[in-house]
Amino acid sequence: MKKSTRLGLVLAALLLIPAYFTPIWTITLKAPQYPDGLGMHIWMNDITGHERHDIRNINILNHYVGMKEIDPELVGTLDIMPWVVGGLMALAVVAALAGKLWLAWVWIVLFVVAGAAGMVDFYMWGYDYGHDLNPRAAIKVPDMSYQPPLIGRKTLLNITASSWPYWGTLWIGLSLAVGAAVTARNTFFDRK
Amino acid sequence: MAHKTTIWKITSLLLGLGLLAMIMYGCPSQTGMLDTGDAAQRVYVAPGEYDEYYAFFSGGYSGQLSVWGLPSARMFRNIPVFSQDPESGYGYSEETKPLLMTSYGFIPWDDSHHPDFSHTDGMPDGRWIFINANNTPRVARIDLTTFETVETLELPNTGGNHASTFVTENTEYILGATRFSIPYEMDKDVPIDSYKENFDGSLSFIAVDPESGEMSMDFQIIMPPYHYDLGRAGKGPSADWAFFTTYNTEQAHTLLEINASEFDKDYVVAVNWRKAQEYVREGRARTVPANYYHNLKGKNTGIAVSNVHDEVLLLDPEDAPGMIYFLPTPKSPHGVDIDPTGEYIVAGGKLATVIPVHSFSRMLEAIDNEAFEEVINGIPVLEYEATIIGEVENPGLGPLHTEFDGDGNAYTSVYISSEIVKWSLETFEVTDRIDAYYSIGHLMITGGDTPNPDRKYMVGLTKTARDRFLPTGPKQLHPAQLYDISGDRMELLLDFPTIGEPHYAQAIRADKIRDNVKQIYDLDENQHPHAVKRPRDARVVRDGDVVRVYMTNIRSHFTPDNIEGIRVGDTVYFHLTNIEQDWDMVHGFAIKGANSGEVLIAPGETKTIVWHPQRTGIFPFYCTAFCSALHQEMQGYVRVSPVGSDVSLSWRTGDE
Repeated sequence: MKKSTRLGLVLAALLLIPAYFTPIWTITLKAPQYPDGLGMHIWMNDITGHERHDIRNINILNHYVGMKEIDPELVGTLDIMPWVVGGLMALAVVAALAGKLWLAWVWIVLFVVAGAAGMVDFYMWGYDYGHDLNPRAAIKVPDMSYQPPLIGRKTLLNITASSWPYWGTLWIGLSLAVGAAVTARNTFFDRK
Repeated sequence: MAHKTTIWKITSLLLGLGLLAMIMYGCPSQTGMLDTGDAAQRVYVAPGEYDEYYAFFSGGYSGQLSVWGLPSARMFRNIPVFSQDPESGYGYSEETKPLLMTSYGFIPWDDSHHPDFSHTDGMPDGRWIFINANNTPRVARIDLTTFETVETLELPNTGGNHASTFVTENTEYILGATRFSIPYEMDKDVPIDSYKENFDGSLSFIAVDPESGEMSMDFQIIMPPYHYDLGRAGKGPSADWAFFTTYNTEQAHTLLEINASEFDKDYVVAVNWRKAQEYVREGRARTVPANYYHNLKGKNTGIAVSNVHDEVLLLDPEDAPGMIYFLPTPKSPHGVDIDPTGEYIVAGGKLATVIPVHSFSRMLEAIDNEAFEEVINGIPVLEYEATIIGEVENPGLGPLHTEFDGDGNAYTSVYISSEIVKWSLETFEVTDRIDAYYSIGHLMITGGDTPNPDRKYMVGLTKTARDRFLPTGPKQLHPAQLYDISGDRMELLLDFPTIGEPHYAQAIRADKIRDNVKQIYDLDENQHPHAVKRPRDARVVRDGDVVRVYMTNIRSHFTPDNIEGIRVGDTVYFHLTNIEQDWDMVHGFAIKGANSGEVLIAPGETKTIVWHPQRTGIFPFYCTAFCSALHQEMQGYVRVSPVGSDVSLSWRTGDE
């Protein structure tokens, strides 16, 4: 493994650090009464409001259609994700130290699998959140579910929900891009 | 035929003249329309846009303070101060009742005249606004982060606090004074016709804590038994001085309209408050008996608490030389207004034919030269010629109040001739005049009482609407007019009805307040002893005949909403905590048969209403504020059983 590849993998590991300090996803809900929107930031280990009381206020609005409360404590993925990302960082460093390209490829595959699993989990969470409604809810609209979009914008009754990656995803993407680029270069172009 | 020809000729001539006039001056009706159209644009604030200024209009006999936007003249809020407000529960809730306590007991009404902002370096700083109560003398402080009355202070030994609340350059003091002289000695019982022997005037200096804003009665000055009408703090060179007008130096006690209008001159009182403060700190003031209330809302409890004081410091001008002077001023002067430079002291010579203008620097010279006419109760009377610098001729009839634009112009409201006159501080000559609709009292220029006015808008606060709006019976709302004063001529932009009876008003640039306004009360900081912050802590507690209901409000239910075990004769306190933390998400509470107003509870706040059930039965209660889609469902029931009933105390919400 070339020295630049090792450095690239270490850089890829380092690029994951800022992802701990910024949300990775953001969901904004706009309604006539909330022109500036209510919103959630999804962090690796937490869900917070855009403003201090947004989660509380989203839960109050959601209870009318029978949605469950959003409680970060009950979202298991948030407990695992920091360790998964930490593992990916460690593996990138190990691959760099060991100088083994196959380890780098393992890193890439695990990274992609973890990312895909994360998105699937996020979708499932949103699906459950939007479909598992209290049958005694005050407002029941036939055939209506309230799953927020995975990515993009969707109108749910009076609320327009937008869901977009946030800075954390950029860092994660950059990490994968750098790690994959140096590994691929070393594998396919610089083989000696 | 000849006759017809003449008519035709005259008609043609008139038409011709009319056409000529139109060519020369434009169509009169069209010009009018253009003026109106232009004015409409200048006051138009598009939907969703904000006004440039907050304006605060006193409520007069409503005892309140209304909040407006300029230039749109839209009313945003009516803040209850000295009067109970069934709309919000102010003065009905247990938390706010103490704000209306006085040494005469609970007083649900007063007459609020003159708001003034807290100042930093002479400019309004947007922290608090103060306002006076004229009838049972008090001052109040309104917090401009919440627009709520947070403090009231009674003025002891005072008859009518009218010359108030004028605030000094850095909010060291709020001024107060006795409008109707009375015996200074507390509760003194004397014949009214012993006025000259037994009656006194007094001036009050109310200190303001620079951090908390808390007010305290620092000291009073005993004065001759004149009527002290209006006041102003000085500015710049005169910042250490306060000025008051007097009338009834005749010392009449009956038929004042004749008996107090005899003398050609009364006085402007000039008080060096800085020197007075030094004398008080030196111990020259006497401690005298008094009885007055100080009521302060707890910062985090939201509960107002009353403290009763039984003495006050009183300074006698006889013991305090060089502190206070009389400036003879024609005639029964009303307003006393200080120009932006602090040099000119303009009196509204209510019954005078001129507007007298004193010079502050000449006043200081006259004091140095001891140009005294006489000395009354230790107060030197300066020679008129020694202090006067100008008399504005032809000001109209009944000049009252003056404000300034910072470009050397003064604007005086003139009551009887119902107009505003603009005059020059250089030439003391009238340069413009414009009608007021009708009978103007105070006027207010944006920043017009500060060292740095904004020469933009002027509001005229008029006393009668008569034919200005669609009629509403023998009693109509008091109007106000908005003028543009940015040009050479004053221009009328808008004529609008107000609420209450605005006397004076204040305006402040919106950005001084807007970003500091609270959207919610922080539930985490709520330290009300009866607050419940989670529905699971809601409960009902009996202690003898006293029942306390600890209830939460959130869209769209109360917890608890079914209560049984209340008995006739109980005293039931509903402690309502709005556990919302969303802006403007207000809940209300009312129960059938309660002898009070509703209460409105802001997000994060706890409010208490007391209820005395007098009959058995089922009593519905409900949320009075249209809070949500299921507001109509936000209700509950209380079961009231007879005295001695064995129905046990129970409560629930939902299926619990």
